[in-house]
This record gives sequence, structure tokens and C-alpha cells, in this order.
Amino acid sequence: MNPVALVRKLGQAVLAPAIALAVALLVTSLIIMMSGASVSDFLGVLLQAPSNRNWVNIINQASMLFLAALAASIGFRMNLFNIGVEGQYTLASYAAALVAGMALMPGKFNAVLAIIVAMAVGGIWAGIAGVLKVTRGVSEVISTIMLNAIAITMVGYLMNTYGSQYGQGRRTTPLSSDAMFAGWTPFESRDGALWTLALIAVVAGVVISYLINRTRFGFDLRATGMNEAAAVASGVNVKRMVVISMILSGAIAGLIWMPALFGSAGYYGPPFQRGLGFAGIAVALLGRNRPLGIAFGAALFAWLNEQANPLGLLAGISPSSVQITQGVVVLAVVIAYEVVRRWSAAREQKALRASLDAAAAAAKANQEVSA
Amino acid sequence: MSTTTATASVSTSTGNSRALRYLLLVAVVVGVISMVRVLTGAHEITSSGSLRAALSATVPILMAALGGLWSERAGVVNIGLEGQMLLGTWGAAFGAYHLGPYQGILLGIAFGALGGLLHALATVTFGVDHIVSGVALNVIALGLTTFLAEAFFTNLNSQFGRGGPRQLTGLQNPDMITIPGISDAAVWLNNTHWFLLGDLGGLVAALTTRISVITVVAFALVVLTAWVLWRTTFGLRLRSCGENPQAAESLGVNVIRHKYAAVVASGAFAGLGGAYLALVSSPGFVVNQTGGRGYIGLAAMIFGNWRPAGVLMGSGLFGYTDSLRLRDPSTVHALLLLLAIGLGALAIMRVRKGQMRAGLIIGAFAALFVLWFALTDSVPREFTSMTPYVLTLLVLAFASQRLRMPKADGQIYRKGSAG
Repeated sequence: MNPVALVRKLGQAVLAPAIALAVALLVTSLIIMMSGASVSDFLGVLLQAPSNRNWVNIINQASMLFLAALAASIGFRMNLFNIGVEGQYTLASYAAALVAGMALMPGKFNAVLAIIVAMAVGGIWAGIAGVLKVTRGVSEVISTIMLNAIAITMVGYLMNTYGSQYGQGRRTTPLSSDAMFAGWTPFESRDGALWTLALIAVVAGVVISYLINRTRFGFDLRATGMNEAAAVASGVNVKRMVVISMILSGAIAGLIWMPALFGSAGYYGPPFQRGLGFAGIAVALLGRNRPLGIAFGAALFAWLNEQANPLGLLAGISPSSVQITQGVVVLAVVIAYEVVRRWSAAREQKALRASLDAAAAAAKANQEVSA
Repeated sequence: MSTTTATASVSTSTGNSRALRYLLLVAVVVGVISMVRVLTGAHEITSSGSLRAALSATVPILMAALGGLWSERAGVVNIGLEGQMLLGTWGAAFGAYHLGPYQGILLGIAFGALGGLLHALATVTFGVDHIVSGVALNVIALGLTTFLAEAFFTNLNSQFGRGGPRQLTGLQNPDMITIPGISDAAVWLNNTHWFLLGDLGGLVAALTTRISVITVVAFALVVLTAWVLWRTTFGLRLRSCGENPQAAESLGVNVIRHKYAAVVASGAFAGLGGAYLALVSSPGFVVNQTGGRGYIGLAAMIFGNWRPAGVLMGSGLFGYTDSLRLRDPSTVHALLLLLAIGLGALAIMRVRKGQMRAGLIIGAFAALFVLWFALTDSVPREFTSMTPYVLTLLVLAFASQRLRMPKADGQIYRKGSAG
């Protein structure tokens, strides 16, 4: 690829999200202005340098958001909308915490078992939607939304029935302390530790990236997403691909809360963080379903979430204002990509027509010369 | 000439017999429900209180489903119904506090329509994937309403309502209607618990006692939707945009404008559903009040096969199960028997059609429900709230061949693509 084209491509990749973020901050600022609060306070708090403690939280949060988005992106790459990440990781986290709490394995090996259980449960739950799609023609959007609600209610039932009372809520049997991972403390211990299992995010990112970009399976998956008819014609078994990628997506979704379970929570209960699945869908869209883009998106969302916490205290603005920013940035970025795509398609068409016209003119000239 | 008359008369006679069959079916279903009620003594199943609760749980779902119907009939999938409902709840609460209950309803509708406009802008003008836009819209709406609630409701406190950072309660409600003589008579009839007549009394009592004006409007809107979409030129054009936009365009229909109209209307319906939640079916506004009803509405629409009558039926069924959460667990327990009878009937039908395997599977399920009914005294509350979702999945899995969605539903249309 020549350098000019490379620069243009990079520019498109960075420019669209940058413009989208600017638009999102602008919209949020306007809304904050209308509510009578100070925009400079809002931006000041969001953009101030994070403390050591904030940095640790941002990185930890980003690892979970990354996994959630990675899970959603696998489906998106083949036009499969796995809206059900939320339900898959809720059910998987509960099952993993339950199994790990039984202490069937010695010490830290419980984490291995729990991760396998989480991936299996997440994969099966997502697989239901995949099987329903290929055997009964049920839209995965609707079925995963239904499966979300069923999973969340079911976990609620299981917790109410079998969980042990703990404070205000209920929880599963806590892990023994030798099964937990202490993590890495980059600053002082009061600033908290980076979760060891946040590394899962890195591993999963590399593996999925390799799988999608460098293997036959990944090629088939991308081909199906771009043009299903062409993929079928070239021998791709689309039904099989749908089921496998749903299961894979669900298995990754199962991993989302594992860093927190073994890093700080130690049991399923009130510390369980809801909403990561839906946030992950937004992050995946922001990062254009590419692992690197998703990593940036996850970092951005984690930054906004963490920096927004003191908004109420310091600026008298509801921290939920950053949710507006997050929502608008996603909508703005998909619009920006679409506009850029149409614009470059139109340019290409124009260039093609110009070159065809030139070729025709040249041919005509040649004919005249030979005549 | 004679052949046309013959076909015409044949089609009317089949139309009549079909209507007759449906009436018969309804009568049988009501009869079975009443029988189960009398046998189990769970009179709550059709008490006027239960049916009233079901009615007010039905309306928000119905409005979301109607919204989905409008949008999808024009070919735009609207997952953003949830967000548009949320916008409606906030708008309605704000309007009701500062202006009055009816102005609140209108403001809720306007807020929902605004959400619809945003969805239309993204999907119709910019060609963004419908699901993506809807998901983003839901995120925005939840953040926006949470933020606006804290910004505008925290310090409110007067005779018109009491605010907080996450709620606004004690709002004025739209008027209720009670039809004096009929209401009392129906309540009396309901309390006799007679076979069939008791259930009829419950239904009439629910419809004539303290029924909100907005409920009446909501049901009128179903009729209006059916009339506009199926009996007017505008409706025909709108539906043609959902079936084959290129063909519609070639006939001179302004597809973009019709899609915009449909999606904005869709948002307005969802907004009304949200307004109803905040001002009629609950004592006020709370953050994230819809709790997934937008999605249930979407499910009800699919359940109803993208048709007004079906949408009404689906919403009613989901509304009834939704309202069961607040009822006595023994009532839900009695409904297990009803479910078993229903499944048993279905199994027999399948077997008579010669589908032995399907019949046997469904029959086994029926037997399981009978066992469940016999061996327990109550059903965990979570199972009740799961019902609409499980039901939708089952219907989609076993009846998806009979469902027919608009042909160009969810597809991105660009002007001039008829080529």
C-alpha cells in the first residue's frame, strides 16, 4: 500500500472516532448547560489527571469491558447480533463462582476449573440462540433478548433459594483465600491491585485476533459477514458457522467477570457488576469490532466511568451524564463510518468512471489513428 | 361472471365459518378457565382486582407493541422502543408536575416521538444498521433520563409531587371512569363465583370500575392503527415500504417520508406507554421504570404476527402474566393446571393430524405440568416473571413457520436503489 493511501486509511480510522467523541462531549455539554450546571466543571472533572487509585480501577474495568466487547464483536463480524452477552456472563459468573466456591481443586487450580465452567455455560447459553436460528429460523436478536431476561431471573431465583444470607443480600460460598489471586500492586497497597486474571483479556484478544485474521475459520466468518451468498457459493457451511460463532461468543462472554471474581469479589452476590454486557456491545461498535479498536474503546469507557464518579461531589452533576456521552459516541461513530463509507464509495465510482471514460477516449483516438 | 360470484360467496362463507371457529375457540378457552377456577377455588384468576391489574399491566406493553408494529410495517426494526418508553416516562413526569396530568401524557408522547425521530435519522437518512441504532438509543435514553431526573426532580416538593434524585412521586393522575350501576352489579356477580357468569362479572367489573381515560384511549389506538394501516391509502403505502420499498418507489411513493412518519409514530406510541407507566399504572416516576417492557412489547408484536389483533392478544397475555407477580402464589399454582390442559389439547390436536412425535413431546410436557401442579403448593415468583420470555421463545421456536414478518423488515433502503 502506498504511503498516501496508508495515511488516508489511518486518518479515517482515527478521525471518525475522534469526531464522534467530540460530538458526544458537545451534546453532553449542551444538555448539562440546559440543566443549569457548569460545563467547564464537567469537562474539568472528566479530564483531570487520574489518581493512582483511579488508574488501577480504570485498567481493571477496561479488562472486563474489553472481554465483553470482544464477545459481542465475534458475532458482529458475521452479522450476527449477540445482544445476549449480558445474560451469558451473568449465568456464567454465577456458575463459575458456585463451582469455585465448592473448592473441588487445590488452591489456584479452582480458577482453571471456574474458567472452564464459565466458558461452557456462556457458550451453551449463547448456543441455544444459535441452534434456534439455524433449525427454526428464530432471529438471534429476539431470542438473545429473551434469554437475557430468563438468565437474569433464573440466577435471581437460584440465589434466593440456595444462596446464603450475607448482610443485605445473598451470596454463593466464598472462595478460600488460597484460591484468590493477590494481583499486582503498582503503587501503594491502599491504591489497590491490578487483577492477575485481567491478563485473560490480553490472551483472549490475541487468540481471537489470530483466529479471525489468520485461520480458515476466521476467513469463513468474515466472508459470511461480508456476503453470505458468496460465502455459501464458495463452500462455507453457514449454519455450522452461526452455531460455532454463537458458542464462541458466549464462551468469551463467560470470561468477563472472572478477573473480578478471583481478584476482589471472591463470591457471586452484591459485588457482581451488572451491565457490562450491554456496555460491551457499545464498545464493540465503537471499536469497529477490531481487537485493537475495542481496546481503545474499552479504555475510553472505563476512563469515563471512573472519572465520572466524583462528578456529583465536585461539580454537582449526576455521574450518569457520562452515559449520555457513551451512548452518543456510539451512535455518532456508526453514523460517521457510514458517511465516510458512502463518501469513499462515491469517490471510487467517480474515479472508476473517469478512468473508463479516459480509456474509451484513448481507444477511440487509436481507432482514428489506425484508420 | 358466474364464477366470480361463486368465489365471492365461497370466500364470504369461509370468512364467516372462520369467525365462527374463533368465537367457538374463545368460548371453549373461557369455559376451561372458568372450570379450572371453580375446581381449584383460586377465584383470583378472574377476580375484578386481578383483571384490573392485568389491564393496567397490558397497556404499556400494548403501546410498545403497537409502536413496533408501525415501525416494522414500514421496514424499520425498532429495538429502541425501550429507550423511547424511558424518554416517555421522564417527559410525562416533568409535564405532569409543572403543567398537569394530560399535558404530562402529551409531553411523554412528544419525548418518545423525539426518540423515534433520532432513530429515523440514524436508520433512514444515514443508513445505520437498525439494531445498532436502537441499542445506542437505549443507552442514551437511560443515561439521559437518569441525568435529567437528578437535575430536575431532586429539589421538587409541593402539592403536585415529591421529588428525589431518582424519582418523582405523588403526581396528579388522569381521570378515572366508573360506570355506576353496571360496575356494582358486575362486582356482585364476580363475587358469586358462579361458573362462567362470575368470570364475565370480573371482566365487566374491571372494564367499568375506575378505568383510566388513558386506558380507553390506548385501546382505541389499536382500532385506529388497524384502520389507518389496513384501510387507508397512507397505510397501504406505508406497508408497501416495509414489503418492497423499491417497488413502492417505482410507483411514486415517497419511501423516506413514509418511513420517517412510521418511526416517529412508533416512538410516540412507545412514549405514551412510558407516560402510562409513570402516571397511570404506578404512583410516579422512577429511574429505569420500564424494566424491559419495550423488549416485551417487541416480543408481543412478533407473537401477534405483525397484526393489530394478534398484537392485542399477545400484549394481553404478557400483561396478565406480568400482573401475576403481585398476586397470591396459589393463583399462579392453579394456572399450572390450566397450562397442562392447554398443552394436552394441543397434543391431541397434533396426534389427530398424524404428527405423532410432536404430539407425544407436547403430551409429555402436559404430564409434567400436571405433576408439578399435584406435587407443589406454590410457584416461585421468579418463574412467573420469566413466563413471557419463555413463552415467546417457545412460540418462536414452534410457530415461526406460521409467522410472516414484513419482507423488507430491517433492510437498509437508499433512495434511487430501484435502478
